[in-house]
Formats: sequence, structure tokens, C-alpha cells
Amino acid sequence: MNIYGVSLLAFCFLFGKIIGTYLGSLIGLSGDVGGVGFSMFFLVFINSYLKKKNINISKSENGILFWSTMYIPIVVAMSASQNVKAAMLGGWLAVIAGVLVTIVAFILVPLISRISKEDLSKNISK
Amino acid sequence: MIEKIIDANGLVFAFFVVGIIMYLSYLFSNKILNNKIPGAAIAIIIALGLAFLGDEKGVANLPYMGGMAILGGSMLRDFSVVATAMGVDIVKIKNAGVSGIISLLIGITFSFTLGVLIAFFMGYSDSVSLTTIGAGACTYIVGPVTGSALGASSEIIALSVATGVVKVIVTSICTPLVAGKIGLNNPNSAMVFGGLIGTTSGVAAGLAATDEKLVPYGALTATFYTGLGCLLCPSIFYFIILAFFK
Repeated sequence: MNIYGVSLLAFCFLFGKIIGTYLGSLIGLSGDVGGVGFSMFFLVFINSYLKKKNINISKSENGILFWSTMYIPIVVAMSASQNVKAAMLGGWLAVIAGVLVTIVAFILVPLISRISKEDLSKNISK
Repeated sequence: MIEKIIDANGLVFAFFVVGIIMYLSYLFSNKILNNKIPGAAIAIIIALGLAFLGDEKGVANLPYMGGMAILGGSMLRDFSVVATAMGVDIVKIKNAGVSGIISLLIGITFSFTLGVLIAFFMGYSDSVSLTTIGAGACTYIVGPVTGSALGASSEIIALSVATGVVKVIVTSICTPLVAGKIGLNNPNSAMVFGGLIGTTSGVAAGLAATDEKLVPYGALTATFYTGLGCLLCPSIFYFIILAFFK
């Protein structure tokens, strides 16, 4: 049933948030420190554990897959409900940072490809 | 009468509105731009544009549109972002190999650092804003996830989304132009490319315009990028920023 998947997703989500928030208060910060990342890690871990044990969750999986396809629409709704007027004052920042970061990444591609060429060709030939 | 019905069912109305925005964006991307810029990026640009019509809460300040803030609130957003981890397969991490992991770590660290530096030189000096903008330089998801986890203001979150969207657009348009110069013509460099850029829609669009066969290799590493970014930016990277800024 779809709800099993959604429930599992909810569990991972809350567990990650709790760890993130506790981790934050442990080091004296108010806020959630890496919670979403922890949640994703749990979901990946549980998912591959179930697959390893050959437990068929394909029907429950649909409940999770639905939410994963909703993330772009949700980001669209989120973008539409931000304080964009105030952000316009720093609009150039977004353009400059976005362009520069991409250019640097382009430049790094041949450098890192060279370092890793041997390692990867080994992996692929396997 | 209609106003009353819509006000009472704001979230459902938001589903309807966002569906229309998405449909028009993908249509525009497909028919007019020949998929050169991904529909997702167009939809976010339209959404940021619509947010101009309102004030602090963007379009949600307008009548009928209150539901947009519920649909786009941090709870549903983080929930759906976590759900995307379902597509991640641990076995695939091994396929990506050491090079994939190196490029992911370097890609996230570099994007974040550069984003923070640019934000600093443009006058931001508080740790939460700097971390959020640095995270936005990773992807348009890592930015807002980090921002709301750390309690950043709405305009900083909007800036971080915009930074991530600029990255998608530049990647989509420029990848085929520079592909030859950066040796982007084999699975190895495509994986490195996916790990360095990380923004899945941009990587997929850019590689598709370069060589369709490279898309799965780039997407393989890029799928790990947002999750890793959501883990590192609001934690380790934030602590490092805290050591330098208030």
C-alpha cells in the first residue's frame, strides 16, 4: 500500500530532523544541522537493506516515488512565495555567483578527469 | 462566493496553479527553446517573477494564493527532497568509483566556497546568509534546505534559489559550447562533470545537447550531489563559516 511507503518516508524524515536538531543543540546552535541529509541517508540505507533481503516493496514504493516527483512543483511554489522584491537588491549576486561557479566547474572537469582516468577505466571494464 | 471556496481550499488551488505553471514552462522549453533550457528552470524563473506581485511572502500575499506558501513551505519541501533519495542506489556509488566521489566532494566544496566569497565581497557578513548563498551555489535545492534549517530570511533564500537557477541555465546553454575544450566526450569525464556541477536538470540538459549517450553517466554522480550538499552545507560547512563570521 502506498501509505506504507509514505509512512516509511515520514519516519526517515522525522528521524533525520530529530538528529539534526539534537546535533545542533549539542553544539549550541538553534537550528537543524544537516537533518535533510541524514533523512536521505536513512532512506537510502533502509531501501537497500530491504532490497538485499529481497523484501518486495514495489507497491509501497509508489508512495515515496509520488513525493519525489512532486519536488520540482513544490520548489516552484516555494520560489513563488519568497520575498523576491527584497532579494532584487542583491540580484546581481545570484547572476555573478551562478555564472562564476559554473565556469570554475567547467575548468575543473579536465583536471579531475585526468587524475581519475585510470581508476574509472578499471571500474567500467569490470 | 468563489473567493470563499478558494480561500477554504488554498492548498488544492495551489496544486492547480503550480500545475499550470509547470505545463506552460515545459511547453515553452520544448517547443520554443528546443529543450536547451530545462522546463524546471523556466518554471522556477516564472515563479520568482510571480513573487514580485506580492511582498514578504511573494505571491502568497495576494488573494486566492495563500495556499502557495503551504505547498512551498519547508515541511513539504524537505519531505519531497528526502523522497528523491529513493532513486539512489548504493551499488551505483561503487560504479561511480573514486573519481565520482572525488569530483562530488570537490564540486560541492568549490561551489560553496566560491558562493560564500562572492556573497562576502558583495556585502554579506553574517554566517547564516553566507552559508545559505554558498549552498545555493551548489543547487537551488541545497540553498533553501540549508537556509530554512539555519533560519535565514526569505530574501536570502530567494537569492540562493536564483543563484542555483542561474547555474542550471549557464550549464544547459554552455556545456555543448565548451564540451570539446574540456574533454567532455567520454563516460569518465561525464561522471566527473556531473559530480562537479551537480545540478541534475542542468547536467542532463547540457549533456543531452552535447551527446545523448553521456547523460546517464553525468546523472549518476549528479543524483548524489544534492543529498551530499544537504548534509554538508548546514553542518560541517556552517561550522567552518561560524569560525570566521558571526
